Amino acid sequence: MEIRHEYTGKMDLLNREIIKMGILVEEAIGKAMECLIDRDEEKVRSVILEDKEINTMELEIEDFCIDLIAREQPVAGDLRRLITALKVSTQLERIGDHAVHVAKGALRLSEEQEPIPLFELPKMAELAISMLRGVLKAYIENDPHEARHIASLDEEMDRIHDYVIQEVFSMLMDTKPGQRKATTLLFIDRFLERMGDHITNICEWIIYSVTGIHEDLDH
Amino acid sequence: MISIREKKPTSIIRKTGQKNALELQYLNVFYDHFQAVKDINLSIHKHKITALIGPSGCGKSTVLRAINRMNDLVPGSRAEGQIFFQEKNIYAPDVDPVALRKRIGMVFQKPNPFPKSIYENVSWGAKIHGYGGDMDELVEKSLKEAALWDEVKDKLKENALRLSGGQQQRLCIARTIAVKPEIILMDEPASALDPIATLRIEELMKTLSENFTIIIVTHNMQQASRISDYTAFLMTDENRTGYLVEYGETGELFVRPKNKKTEDYISGRFG
Repeated sequence: MEIRHEYTGKMDLLNREIIKMGILVEEAIGKAMECLIDRDEEKVRSVILEDKEINTMELEIEDFCIDLIAREQPVAGDLRRLITALKVSTQLERIGDHAVHVAKGALRLSEEQEPIPLFELPKMAELAISMLRGVLKAYIENDPHEARHIASLDEEMDRIHDYVIQEVFSMLMDTKPGQRKATTLLFIDRFLERMGDHITNICEWIIYSVTGIHEDLDH
Repeated sequence: MISIREKKPTSIIRKTGQKNALELQYLNVFYDHFQAVKDINLSIHKHKITALIGPSGCGKSTVLRAINRMNDLVPGSRAEGQIFFQEKNIYAPDVDPVALRKRIGMVFQKPNPFPKSIYENVSWGAKIHGYGGDMDELVEKSLKEAALWDEVKDKLKENALRLSGGQQQRLCIARTIAVKPEIILMDEPASALDPIATLRIEELMKTLSENFTIIIVTHNMQQASRISDYTAFLMTDENRTGYLVEYGETGELFVRPKNKKTEDYISGRFG
């Protein structure tokens, strides 16, 4: 019989909550992307509403972790895993916030009469979703190799981010659209790019959880 | 601003230029034909707190008692290997165990004051070792160092057994430090005390470690992680003989243990 049966059970529960939260965040990014493409005001409201659920989940996970630390006093691998869960929930919450920012940006763009080029913003959102799926898998499987691989995808995110900035600047030079429109596009680009950074942070915590070493993956 | 990263364990260990208080080299202790511990190698750092942890019967108390030759008092016991204290092997034939125990004092699990006055408890050791200085001054200084002075200064002539358990244990610490040892060995010094008295002893140990080297045996892993600078984890082999599994800085051992057995034990998954 495993001696720390109770603790293991609680950690399993915590990990399930992290995955649930991750899935909600993934859905939020997907919806934010749809907002960009469809200009659907209703969908924007749904992203904002569901973010409240993500925020609540983060607080619940924090309370759960604090309770586990106070009552179980984990050490070594248990402690690293618990701290990692705490950090991952914070990063997921930030990504959720960025999804809301993207959706709100999409709403502002929808007020424009003329069609607006989205450049590769949808591709950035797709990449963020794909990275998030990968990092959740690496988290649940305690897989530092997969975490390193996922973090390496952030280079592609940064490349697209730079490309979008250049394109928006070119658009400003060529067609002189409203500054508001260009600024919104740049903000959306920035929020999507930040999602990649937060996922990279999660990758670093997964590695710490397994190895006990802080590895800098933000190249 | 203090950078947390600058406080990494590796940067605060003064590995060079720091003389060790003790060097245990291939220590083996036997009780008749039973080998209690085998090949213990440990460098005990000066003016630091070292905790010995491990499951019951792993030999941590045996190691502790070997350090001031308390095991000599157990019939049939014998030690092999060497323990260097100030560059001399304490098991060399010309070492007087009584004189050694003055320099390497011990505090036991249960407070064991003599049924005499508080004053006499503290002065006793110094008296038999022929202390020639001002005894009142020594008693006051020792009680202050043991964080007991304020509680007993008006009743020094009272019987020590009237003190609470926690006070009795601090009195025993005062008695130990009155003979000015260099090393204090503590065998579960707080296991018989309530949580508040335990914390007072722990605070006291931290203060004492500025002037003394402390080695503590404890079953309480939270206590080891709270108070010690270094931790040694021992366990038993298939013959029930204790051996050293891992030894290192406490912060490292409790966050990043190198050995799976250490991880399992400190995480409560041992057995």
